[in-house]
Amino acid sequence: MAHMTAVPALSVEGLTVEFRTRSGIVRALDNVSFSVEKGETIALVGESGSGKSVTAYAVMGILDPAGRVTAGRAMLGGLDLLSAKPSQLADVRGREIAMIFQNPRTALNPIRPVGRQIADVLIRHGNVPRNEAPAQAIEMLRAVGITDPVRRAKAYPFEMSGGMCQRVMIAIALAAKPSLLIADEPTTGLDVTTQAVIMDLVSDLARDLGMATIFITHDLALGGQRSARIVVMHAGHVVEDAPTKELFAHPRHPYTAELIAATPDAAASLDQLASIPGSLPDLRRADLPNCRYSERCPRKIDACVQPLPRPDPGATHIVACWNPLP
Amino acid sequence: MTVLLDVAEFSKLFPVGGVPGPIARLRRRFAGGPEKLPKVYAVDDVSFVINEGETVGLVGESGCGKSTLVRALTRLIDASDGSVKLGPRELSLTPSRDFARDPDRARIQMVFQDAGDSINPRFTAFDAIADPLRRLRKMRGKALTQRVETVASQCGLPLQFLSRFPHQLSGGQRARVGIARAIAVEPDLLVLDEPTAALDVSVQVIILQLLQRLKHEFGMSYLFVSHDLSVVRLLCDRVLVMYLGKIVESGPAAEVFAHPLHPYTQALVAAVPRLGENATERLRLTGEPMSPIDPDPKVCRFSGRCPRGTDACKTAMPALRRFGNRQVACHFAEEFLVQPKIAT
Repeated sequence: MAHMTAVPALSVEGLTVEFRTRSGIVRALDNVSFSVEKGETIALVGESGSGKSVTAYAVMGILDPAGRVTAGRAMLGGLDLLSAKPSQLADVRGREIAMIFQNPRTALNPIRPVGRQIADVLIRHGNVPRNEAPAQAIEMLRAVGITDPVRRAKAYPFEMSGGMCQRVMIAIALAAKPSLLIADEPTTGLDVTTQAVIMDLVSDLARDLGMATIFITHDLALGGQRSARIVVMHAGHVVEDAPTKELFAHPRHPYTAELIAATPDAAASLDQLASIPGSLPDLRRADLPNCRYSERCPRKIDACVQPLPRPDPGATHIVACWNPLP
Repeated sequence: MTVLLDVAEFSKLFPVGGVPGPIARLRRRFAGGPEKLPKVYAVDDVSFVINEGETVGLVGESGCGKSTLVRALTRLIDASDGSVKLGPRELSLTPSRDFARDPDRARIQMVFQDAGDSINPRFTAFDAIADPLRRLRKMRGKALTQRVETVASQCGLPLQFLSRFPHQLSGGQRARVGIARAIAVEPDLLVLDEPTAALDVSVQVIILQLLQRLKHEFGMSYLFVSHDLSVVRLLCDRVLVMYLGKIVESGPAAEVFAHPLHPYTQALVAAVPRLGENATERLRLTGEPMSPIDPDPKVCRFSGRCPRGTDACKTAMPALRRFGNRQVACHFAEEFLVQPKIAT
C-alpha cells in the first residue's frame, strides 16, 4: 500500500479564514491553533457561529468559494494541507483524513445504493481490487453494526433511518483506515439512545484503528464524554484548550465557565442555570475588539484591549484571556 | 387539583401502502368483506391527564408518536378512537376543520419546534403575533397593537423587532415570537414541541426560564415535548415516556429520572451525556425499533431491543400498571423496584 510513513498528528497553526460577502468581509477564524496526537480524541466545542465547522472545512480544503485562508498552516505529517496542490489533497482526503458530516441523509448520494458508495471509496482510496470491493463493503456495513448487511448494501439512503445512514457514513469515512477522523456533529438530529450507540461506535473504531479524532460539537457534556482534551471556540477564536477533566473542574476562561454553568444537566433547578449575556459579535465589524468575548465578559479589565496573550509553548492548559479565573 | 385535559384510550392510526381511490374502494366493497388496509399504529390506546398549572413532559425517540399525539391533542388532526376532554367539553367529537373556528380554539395553543419554519416568512413579528388575535379574538386597531406589544414585552422581545421579518431575527428572538404568538390569546394549555431544540445552550437557558416565568404569571398548563431529558427534568412536574405509540412509563419527573423502572426509560436516562462523566459501562440499546405497521397486539413493543426481555414478553403485552404515583408497562417492574438497574 502506498501508505505514508507514520504521520498521524494534525497540527493547526495560526489558521485565519475570511469570507467575502456582499455586506463585507466576515473574519470567521482568527489565529486558530490546536493539535491532535496519534490515537487521541479531542473535542472542538462552541456555539453556532463560533467557527468549529469552518475550521474543519478549511483543514479538509472544502471551504465555500467565498472563503479564503489568509494565514496559517495545517500540518498533517510533513504536508501542509492549506498550501497543498488539489491533486495532493485529493489523495490525502478519504485516505489519510476522513470526515463525518452533520446530516448523513444529505451527505450521502441519494441515487446510489449505500454498498456501492462504500465500494467506491474502497476502490479509490483503499487499494481494493474492483471485484472484491462489494464484498468488503458488506463487511464494512457489518463492522458498523448494521444488521442484515447483504440486503442493506443494496438499499438507498432514503430507505434507511437516520441512525443507519450515519452508520453508513462512518463506514465510508473509515473504509480506507484514515489516520485522522473529523466528526462534525455526527449525532445532531439523532435520538439520545442512537446518539450514545453511534458515539460508542466511533470511539471504539477510532481506538481499534489508532486514529486521531477531532469531534466537533456544541454539546459540552457530549464532547467531554470521550475526549481527552477540549478546545473551546468563541467567535472564531480558540479561547481555551485543556485536558477534559481539568476544564470541567477548573475552567479558566470566563466564557468556558459560563458555558458549563448554562449546561442543564448539572443544575438542580432552572433558576440555578446561568445564561450568557449578549451574543456573538458581528464578525464583519471593522472595529472588532482583540478579545472577541470582551463585550460580553463579566471579568473585563483594561488590559483586555491588548492583543490576546501568546500561550506558553508546551503548556497543557491554554487560555486566551488577560484576566482568567484562578 | 383540577383536571384540565383528560385523554382516554386515545388512538391514531394511519393507513399505509397508498390509500385506494374511490373507485378502488367501491370495487373492494362490492367484492365483499370490509376494507382492511395495513395501518401505522402511531398512537395506540394512550390515557393520561394534565392538571391545571401542571407541566407534563412527553419524551421518546423519533417515530414513537409524540408529534402525532400532540397534533391530535391540539386538534390539528382527528383521532381514530378515544376521547379528549378539555374540562367538561369533549373535543374529539368536533372535526378538526370546525375546531379552527371554535371558541375553545384559543384555549389550546402550540409552540412549534423550529420557530424559523413555523412563522410565515412574509409576516413581520407583529403580524405573526397579531394573527391569532385577529382570528380568534376579533381584535382590531389600537386594542390589537396594544395587546401585541404587551405580549411581546412579556416574552422579552424588544418592541423595535416587531417590524422585522423572521429572517431578520436571531434564533432566540424567533423562539420568543413563537411563544408570544401562542400565549397572545391566553390559552389554558400550551403545547411545546421541542421549543429549544434548535437553540444554543446559552439561549436555551433564557427561553426555558422565560417559559417558567410565563407559566407562573398566567397559570397555564404545559405539555412539553422533548427528547432532551436534562431539560425535561428541570422544567416538568410529571413525565410520560412513549415507545412506539404506547406510554411505557409515567410519574413525577424527578423520580422517573432518578430511578427509571421501564428498561426503555433506563436506557434513555443512561444515554444522556453528563458533564465530566465517562461514557463507558453504560446500558445501550441495540437494534432498531419494530415496525409500527399492524404490530402484534400480544407482543411487547420493546421486545427485541430489551436487555431484560424474555419469551414471556413475546406472548403477552404488558399493561400499564400503577405503583404508587408511577405507572409502568413492564412484566419485570417489581424487579426493578427492588433492584434499580439492569446489569450492564
